[in-house]
Amino acid sequence: MVPIIEVKNLIKSYNKSQANAVDGISFTVGQGEFFALLGPNGAGKTTAISILTTTLSKTSGEVLISGLDLDRDATKIRRNLGIIFQNPSVDDNLTAEENVRFHAILYGLYPFRPTYGLMPQEYKNKIHDLAQLLSIDKELFNPIKSFSGGMKRKLEIIRSLMHDPTIIFLDEPTSGLDPISRANLWSYLRDVRENQHTTVFLTTHYLEEAEEADRLCIINAGKIVALGTPLEIKGKLLNTQVVLSSPNISDLTHELTQKKVEFTLEHDEVVLHPDKDNVAPLIQSLTTKLTKLDIHNPSLDDAYLQIIGSQVKNEGV
Amino acid sequence: MTHEINAILAIALRDFTKLLRDRPRLVISFIFPILFIGALGGSLQAGFGEAVGYNMITFIFTGVLAQNLFQSTASGVISLIEDRENDFSQEIFVSPISRYSIIFGKILGETLVSLVLGVGIIAFGFIIGIPITASLLITMIPAGIIACLFGGAFGVIVLANLGSQRTANQVFPLIMFPQFILAGVFSPIKELPMFLDVLSRISPMRYAVDLMRGVYYAGAPEYDLVVLSPVLYNLAVIAVMFIVFLFIGTTIFVRNERNR
Repeated sequence: MVPIIEVKNLIKSYNKSQANAVDGISFTVGQGEFFALLGPNGAGKTTAISILTTTLSKTSGEVLISGLDLDRDATKIRRNLGIIFQNPSVDDNLTAEENVRFHAILYGLYPFRPTYGLMPQEYKNKIHDLAQLLSIDKELFNPIKSFSGGMKRKLEIIRSLMHDPTIIFLDEPTSGLDPISRANLWSYLRDVRENQHTTVFLTTHYLEEAEEADRLCIINAGKIVALGTPLEIKGKLLNTQVVLSSPNISDLTHELTQKKVEFTLEHDEVVLHPDKDNVAPLIQSLTTKLTKLDIHNPSLDDAYLQIIGSQVKNEGV
Repeated sequence: MTHEINAILAIALRDFTKLLRDRPRLVISFIFPILFIGALGGSLQAGFGEAVGYNMITFIFTGVLAQNLFQSTASGVISLIEDRENDFSQEIFVSPISRYSIIFGKILGETLVSLVLGVGIIAFGFIIGIPITASLLITMIPAGIIACLFGGAFGVIVLANLGSQRTANQVFPLIMFPQFILAGVFSPIKELPMFLDVLSRISPMRYAVDLMRGVYYAGAPEYDLVVLSPVLYNLAVIAVMFIVFLFIGTTIFVRNERNR
């Protein structure tokens, strides 16, 4: 896959902070890829995304976007980025349409016109299509002051997609959105990716959203702690959990001990964590009568908790 | 280039639209000029008008007009801090336009806002009988626009060195109020002790006020009593300060935005 974002040994140290907010991270994102950056609060996600979107300077390292250097070609890079910030960045003094028009003119999509009526038909069609998609078409000409947090989010999404960016950065974009709007957004982003081969770079707290990503990067305390596809991350870090129960639990534990299988006893149930490939042979080889067999495949939540949990333990927090 | 001009106009229109929707701000912004010209000018004219040899109401009218245009634009440009605190500046700063266009757009928008205030002050001047002919008005308009643009550049250099809206609210009056005195907005400053004269000469507002008076009193018998320096001299000082403020201010502001 052709890399569209290349990050090499990126470091960011804030002026009044001793620890690095981003501490030597390196990764690449391919063109058209859906890449998710995960991590707890304060992990460095927003710092990383702010650097990649040119709003924050890096301390050291190298960042190339579409082959362009972030320091030398920031204006060219900005032209191809769509950004949805973590905090709302709309102007409460303007109407929804005025906010979008302001953005469209700043990105050079249309010449300056002081009113909506004077804007080209193409602009009017596009804004109405996008507004309809996110169900704010009726409020398009209302002042933003009257909008809820979710509606402001929808407006930002419309705005960021107006200039058909090649990369969309989404910094926790669906917080504050109702489930239907959230589903609509992801469905629309899927279409955009398929039709325009747009790269999506996401930070989120919703693990089910990250599970849809092509690749995940989990960061904690500014460092990368896991990088790969969701399947790889789950597979590498977690074994399957098997829960067994038997009318004669002491026979079962004796047999497992003889087979040198590690287990724990929880509420008269035996819990094992065998390798994925060993589950079936182990169960088949047991001679003790079983009354319960529960096989739990790890979810991304489990993987995330294990990775971040072990990090916290190692740091002695 | 066309793209940059479009962006400047869009940023300017945003500020102008904000003013038109903020009626309390419109009303409040007229209160002080009216008070200064009507009440202060009236009382000074009654007390010292004959002694100074010219009409103090007209003197204060020309001073307050330039001071308000300068100060209103400077104050408006500083609202970029408010944008930063509301996270709206992110939207502007990630757009593919020059950082200078952002600042120019802001100055232009706030100039339009200040000119609305200027029209109101001139209308009040007409009402209270300040002599303003049509030809005088035509020469005062460019002087007013220059005062606004200059105030905008001054706002940029102040903005570049302020961290938050709270700091701006505390610092801005401290750097503006002394200039009212040092620029001679309300009182003549032809004769000043040396240390005050030095401070006056480094006060940017002095040149905006004196330019307005130079234009207004051109050819009038009071010219030599009121005006400090020739119009061309004021224009030259304003041009130099404008370029220095804008260049240094924008550079520092943009660097501070990214180097946190």
